[in-house]
Amino acid sequence: MDTPKVPVAIVGPGHIGTDLLVKLQRSDVLDLRYVAGIVESEGLTRAREAGVEASAGGVDWLLAQDPLPRIVFEATSAKAHAANAPRYEAAGIRAVDLTPAHLGPMVCPAVNGDAHLDAMNVSMITCGGQATIPMVAAVSRVTPVPYAEIVASISSRSAGPGTRANIDEFTHTTGGAVAEVGGADRGKAIIVLNPVEPPMIMRDTVYCMIGADADRAAITASVHDMVLRVQEYVPGYTLRAEPQFDEPADEWGGHARVAVFLEVKGNGDHLPPYAGNLDIMTAAAARIGELMARAELGVPA
Amino acid sequence: MRTALRNDVRIIDTTLRDGSHAMAHRFTETQVRDTVRALDAAGIEWIEVSHGDGVGGSSFNYGFSGTDEMTLIAAAREEARTAKIAVLLVPGIGTVDDLKRAHDAGAEMVRVATHCTEADVSPQHFAAARDLGMETVGFLMMAHRTDPANLAKQARIMVDAGCQCPYVTDSAGALLMHEARERFEALLAEVGDEALVGYHGHQNLSMGVANSVIAYETGVRSIDGSLCALGAGSGNSPTEVLAAVFDRLGIDAGVDAGLLLDAAEDVVRPYLNRWPKMDRNAVVQGWAGVYSSFLLHAERAGERYKVPAHEILRRCGELGYVGGQEDMIIDVAITLAAERDDA
Repeated sequence: MDTPKVPVAIVGPGHIGTDLLVKLQRSDVLDLRYVAGIVESEGLTRAREAGVEASAGGVDWLLAQDPLPRIVFEATSAKAHAANAPRYEAAGIRAVDLTPAHLGPMVCPAVNGDAHLDAMNVSMITCGGQATIPMVAAVSRVTPVPYAEIVASISSRSAGPGTRANIDEFTHTTGGAVAEVGGADRGKAIIVLNPVEPPMIMRDTVYCMIGADADRAAITASVHDMVLRVQEYVPGYTLRAEPQFDEPADEWGGHARVAVFLEVKGNGDHLPPYAGNLDIMTAAAARIGELMARAELGVPA
Repeated sequence: MRTALRNDVRIIDTTLRDGSHAMAHRFTETQVRDTVRALDAAGIEWIEVSHGDGVGGSSFNYGFSGTDEMTLIAAAREEARTAKIAVLLVPGIGTVDDLKRAHDAGAEMVRVATHCTEADVSPQHFAAARDLGMETVGFLMMAHRTDPANLAKQARIMVDAGCQCPYVTDSAGALLMHEARERFEALLAEVGDEALVGYHGHQNLSMGVANSVIAYETGVRSIDGSLCALGAGSGNSPTEVLAAVFDRLGIDAGVDAGLLLDAAEDVVRPYLNRWPKMDRNAVVQGWAGVYSSFLLHAERAGERYKVPAHEILRRCGELGYVGGQEDMIIDVAITLAAERDDA
């Protein structure tokens, strides 16, 4: 007998939604039943070709389906999600939010994936957050981190108009999440767009301020362990080098520093492999959806 | 409508911003006050003050500010009698919140800087600046990395977003004279009727002043300089040299060249840790087209990982790294060290 699956839907059939479709169709606990858009599009066509019911009727159409989805993955815009979220909740449907709306608690599967499995709405933070917060958490679970700073470099081709028009939103949200979810006292985030051709694979650097006498071997071990956890859902998540420790400096208030250099290569499901920033969002969202579904079905992860 | 010019050309002095790179972001309040007083007395209209990477730039990645930049901006504002204070803002590093703080501290102009092909990350910041009533400049950085036609399109994006003066920003000091001229002409043709066009030079290939003259000849009317060339790489077009050259050309920049020479010699030189010069590392930056601010970071990484800084810089050029990617310098140094150990 097949394991029962939880019916789910994607709202927003753009490139992110389509990449997510490929990932959800591989799941053994999620049953992707519906894809909703607001205009006929290539994304809806691709969904139908993949055997999923798809409509340009938007959320009205989705909420008229039987059975209703138990979980909706929202890949529209912050504004659209803010409008849709109360309707999902009223229908008893949980939302995994890939937009910058940030209505629910911020989740990163490798760090706090189990913390909000009963929430009606969870936020996937930002691409840079998904890539770097696990490393901040890997350090902060070993030693206090008074300050953490992340630098996300992404290819210009992978930065959509929404990101570009509101780049401050990335800086604020990611910096806040580095502290709140990563476990640093203070966080700062920087994003750089690079137009080089062929496009560069997403790169992330994580700097953590640490005590002069912090246990460096334990930090290194914790970082390696956390990389393995992220690789469970993003196989192309790798360290470029061993964590680098710099000796205490006056300009760092007498603290030392550890720097972690990451490369995030996407799975190439629908989006190209260089767009690791987009892949880690869809992969993390799929992972959270699976964790929610397993909790609902009582199936161990 | 185009900003009215007070003189034939507007010189914006960036000693206290681009110079922040060469000073490892350790400017003191006293140095800022002394420099502003001297520039103001010499007739400079705009003085840029902020962390080298713009407001909000104080960080592990670029270096922490020795003195909070808002303190420095406020001190500069207090010292200036006729000059006005400008700040740099690089979207992705600084935010509108940082801009508001700078405005509160006394800044009246913002220069919003993006890589030369990424102007569409700037409209949010131009809109905020115009709401604050600030004068606006747009920096199209690493201008050698795209062709003149595309650079002009990017300038158009900025102007449409509220930028009053897009700049050909030669961050790597890589533009040869004909390349600079083509870019000036392209921008002037695209936006010259409604905006001023500017030029920001670096001396890595010794072109800053020559390109400034070409800039003026083509119609560029906002030109950057730094006293003693104090800036990233081998520094900027020296303000005091620009003043002397424009004086010889009979171009009224509204400044006293003699007082600027005094300011460079008597105020700035005594506090220099290093006088930016065309040494091997800096020339490689112009030659390989590398962001000038990478210089000190490459020297530090070179020392830390025992690899030559000029090789790090050259590799950064090959890989096409852009402004802001200072973390990649460490990555490149680690890679070069590993290649050496494998050999």
